[in-house]
Amino acid sequence: MDLVVNGTRRSVELDPRTTLLDALREHLGLTGAKKGCDHGQCGACTVLLDGRRVNSCLILAITLQDSSVTTIEGVDHPVQDKFLEHDGFQCGYCTPGQICSAVGMLDEVSKGWPSAVGDAELTDAEIRERMSGNLCRCGAYPNMIPAIREAAAR
Amino acid sequence: MKTFTYRTATDVAHGLEPGATFLAGGTNLVDLMKLGVATPDVLVDVTRLGLDEVADLPGGGLRIGAGVRNSDLAADSRVRRDWPVLSQALLAGASGQLRNMATTAGNLLQRTRCRYFMDATMPCNKHEPGSGCPAREGDHRNLAILGASEACVATHPSDMAVALAALDAVVQISGPAGERTVPVTELHRLPGDTPERDTVLEHGELITAVDLPPLGFAARSAYRKVRDRASYAFAVGSVAAAIQVDAGAVTDVRLAFGAVAHKPWRAYTAEEALRGRPATRESFLDAADAELTAARPLRDNAFKVALTRNLVVSVLEGLS
Amino acid sequence: MTTTAERAVGQPIGRVEGPDKVRGAARYAAEYPVGDDLAYAWVAQSPVARGTLTDVTVDPLVEADDVLAVLWHGNAPRLAEADDPELAVFQSDRISYRGQALALVVARTLEAARRAAATLQLDIEQEPHDSVLRTDHPELYTPEKVNPNFPSDTASGDVEAALAGAPVTVDVTYRTPPLHNSPMEPHATTALWADDDLVLYDSNQHPPGVAASIGGLFGLPADRVHVITEHVGGGFGSKGTARPNAVLAAMAAKVTGRPVRLALPRQALFSMVGHRTPTIQRVRLAATADGHLTAIDHDVVEQSSRLFEFAEQTAVSTRHMYAAANRRTGHRLVRLDMPTPRWMRAPGEAPGMVALECAMDELAVVLDLDPIELRVRNEPSVEPESGTPFSSRHYVECLRRGAERFGWHDRDPRPKQRREGDWWIGTGVAGATYPTMAQPSTARVRRLSGDSYEVSIAATDLGTGARTILTQIAADALEVPVSQVRMRIGDSTLPRASVAGGSSGSASWGWAVTGACRSLRESGREEATFDSSELIKQQEKDGKHAFGAHFAEVRVDAMTGEVRVSRLFGMYAAGRILNPRTARSQFLGGMIMGMGMALHEESVLDPAQGTWVNHDLAEYHIPVHADIESIEAEWLDEQDDQLNPMGSKGIGEIGIVGSPAAILNAIWHATGVRVRDLPARLDKILPHL
Repeated sequence: MDLVVNGTRRSVELDPRTTLLDALREHLGLTGAKKGCDHGQCGACTVLLDGRRVNSCLILAITLQDSSVTTIEGVDHPVQDKFLEHDGFQCGYCTPGQICSAVGMLDEVSKGWPSAVGDAELTDAEIRERMSGNLCRCGAYPNMIPAIREAAAR
Repeated sequence: MKTFTYRTATDVAHGLEPGATFLAGGTNLVDLMKLGVATPDVLVDVTRLGLDEVADLPGGGLRIGAGVRNSDLAADSRVRRDWPVLSQALLAGASGQLRNMATTAGNLLQRTRCRYFMDATMPCNKHEPGSGCPAREGDHRNLAILGASEACVATHPSDMAVALAALDAVVQISGPAGERTVPVTELHRLPGDTPERDTVLEHGELITAVDLPPLGFAARSAYRKVRDRASYAFAVGSVAAAIQVDAGAVTDVRLAFGAVAHKPWRAYTAEEALRGRPATRESFLDAADAELTAARPLRDNAFKVALTRNLVVSVLEGLS
Repeated sequence: MTTTAERAVGQPIGRVEGPDKVRGAARYAAEYPVGDDLAYAWVAQSPVARGTLTDVTVDPLVEADDVLAVLWHGNAPRLAEADDPELAVFQSDRISYRGQALALVVARTLEAARRAAATLQLDIEQEPHDSVLRTDHPELYTPEKVNPNFPSDTASGDVEAALAGAPVTVDVTYRTPPLHNSPMEPHATTALWADDDLVLYDSNQHPPGVAASIGGLFGLPADRVHVITEHVGGGFGSKGTARPNAVLAAMAAKVTGRPVRLALPRQALFSMVGHRTPTIQRVRLAATADGHLTAIDHDVVEQSSRLFEFAEQTAVSTRHMYAAANRRTGHRLVRLDMPTPRWMRAPGEAPGMVALECAMDELAVVLDLDPIELRVRNEPSVEPESGTPFSSRHYVECLRRGAERFGWHDRDPRPKQRREGDWWIGTGVAGATYPTMAQPSTARVRRLSGDSYEVSIAATDLGTGARTILTQIAADALEVPVSQVRMRIGDSTLPRASVAGGSSGSASWGWAVTGACRSLRESGREEATFDSSELIKQQEKDGKHAFGAHFAEVRVDAMTGEVRVSRLFGMYAAGRILNPRTARSQFLGGMIMGMGMALHEESVLDPAQGTWVNHDLAEYHIPVHADIESIEAEWLDEQDDQLNPMGSKGIGEIGIVGSPAAILNAIWHATGVRVRDLPARLDKILPHL
């Protein structure tokens, strides 16, 4: 099947059971997206699919013919530098997912999508709710919030 | 995960061979396939059928395509304006990523989060009929207080479905025998002796859309969800409500409960008890109690009775 | 050359590996390309809690083209005796807990391995099991020692007489549930044999330890086992020693002659790699009317597995927290048909200080005394049990400065007084302590061409900031800027390091790094090695602890019992802070895990099934972004020259010690509801509101 990954068309032969996450990690050499739970419960596998953030562990790759996927390896966004500046991570394992999620989330905000908290300005409470699909066991949450807030302002 | 044949559906009405199942967002089905709880032989991908529009219905309602992603539906300006309870329920569920994947029909058809059902090595009458229900004596803190059976005490985990049940939404179904409609309130079954069947859908029937009828006072509606952490968790209790108050009296009301039963629980008894009554805390409490007298809590989930009762009061007070 | 005025230590330097981590370039154990013949392994786990495995049958029709091997005790290679029985995988037919590894499928693809493992027929003779911890269990016994080497019981004075004669007493029982470390990166190993040498890309906290123990099992000297652990996606104790995944991957690679990757599925982490034991703790306190403790009694009941005696040191921190003439601590253990507990962040202190610090809060209420003042009145001048002076102890300062920063002074001590809308609001305080330790380690430094230096030690960075801090320490000892130091860690072939555990990494490794770098600088040689063993052996071990105080403000929804932590604040006295940026992150991370312990985390036992049923991240709730509101950590400028060359104390664990108690105490203050059975879920609060 054909998939556009980080702007490059890639052809891979896959078991129909192979998830997008496993296709990236085991077949395309892109290990930036992480497997934390493999069941959509942690967000470490977050990538952008046709621009939207998704859990790549719950998508069968076979369903994505001609889709466009952006992984952390293809992300170049101010939020990355802000994560460095604010120490928005510790072990780093959830980090690619957090960053992809933040990129997708900021796009959702720019489209005016609401959250359970509201739909007005991007307050810290808004960021927290919108980022809650990405677990961080190290507890780097308090440092990610200013990182994302400042990246959003740029 | 068992091997399967994959194909893309090209038409809504062809039905399915035995062992086949429809695949849409995959957020629940792929999860269950990995766990060995779902073992389809054939996956028929319905995401390319063009069922992803939210269209105005003549007369004021909305037709929500079965394939509309949860996040798109939650962001729809018509939904937010006229049926805020639905947008709120969607946004209370799962995560931003999952809402970008999950579809309307898939959300309705998601299966219980009962921990025994989710573990293929456990007995469970739902995934292996006749194997027993360990939840009744075991872990059931977040299982049903209403409408359960000896065979099954599972709850339906959807938030969206609770709002749709309150709003009298109707499911459009296409199948080998043609098309039919079923109210959301009648889509899911109570478990009885056949808990393996979640819904009234026949094999091969496909949900194509959900119709949201006009309900003027739903502009004043709300969803309140309680869970064990602040976000990204299934409900331990929830209430969807819309209320119309005139001169201090309740003229009409819609009320449904989540996380209490095998289906989104439309609180008809409470609604009936409220119509014509003053819109006061006392009336709300009485109405909730009227509905919850049917509750049969288990050892560890009696708190849900009080929780649901308080949520009814809290949400209705907030709206009126 | 820099001068001492420009020292790197103490500067908030960014993480050395940070740029790799934010670009997805940092490689973890399951991410190394090791060749096209890589095979994948999947574990078949026991569906029963106790019994024997008599046979394993492979369905010849399942994944036949792709399955390379199916290993179980009937055909697995024999291993040498293991110190840790959990590593003796497939060496016996005994089943000691549900979830134990019984067989391993090795296949060409991940999908085939998973499917074949799920369809293996396991013939098991099941036996009745016992999985319930209770205080009247007939098999409770007193272990000889509790971890790592403390007496199980201590006693001095006459506790019963003091309790009987005291005007004020508290007698309370607190329960903490089984907890799971749940690092974001599941335990994983990629194994390959190169000639007769074994290479393991393994996620762990101690590469040399893993090399030694895996080598031992396969009859190899440690230097024939090469463990590469460049990045670790968290461990929190659960990766402190080799876990079964490393043995299984090595075994599978040996049998198939291929590189084998085994990444445990999340669900398996709930049985195969360790957890924090549940505890039942009875604390009895006696005090004079003016709040001076006359007796402290802390009795702990906890569990271990049939395989291994793991005795958590739950009451040990009580031995040095507060002064009292009459005192007793004790631990009793029962061996159940359950997985073996292991270390989890602040083993002992985290659960133990829940009971002690909540009991102190309860005592303060009975005495009608401010809980900070109660603690101040019972400040000991030396370690109460050992009589050893503290190398430094600024607990009272933490309480007082923390109270100031948090805004404690105008607190109404009565419960259930503040209400805003549906929210009851309250505040709570609790003390924190964690021992200061150092373990023998060796470091090497080499002068490279140009101005730079390569410093090597087989340490690991689990997200602690170790790589960065060691770079800073080396730079100062070499008297060069950090840009001239290249730090090599995460490889068992480097000079031997102690485990990244016990909050001792920076002290232990930093000591060796300092020694090596000073030696190179003073000798003028091109290379120097330093082993800290002798110096550490000579050091006084008692009396060295970090202290802290946690303050929480919570709000509790009167209608639902939901708890939100509006503010959480930690004030610490933990020696010299080597890097304020990473230190703050460590403190906050510990506090957030403490919040999880207080409010969310619990592995739920089904006694009939003999297992924890909420074994995934949807049902085992750890805090999410939305749970964290205002949270901050600060520290005192503590000087202590009796510790190590850096003057540092460990900071990785103290954040989880006391923060749960502060939250529980705040819940009481908000609502008048005293939750003594963690976690403080809404169903335990709502009925009492």
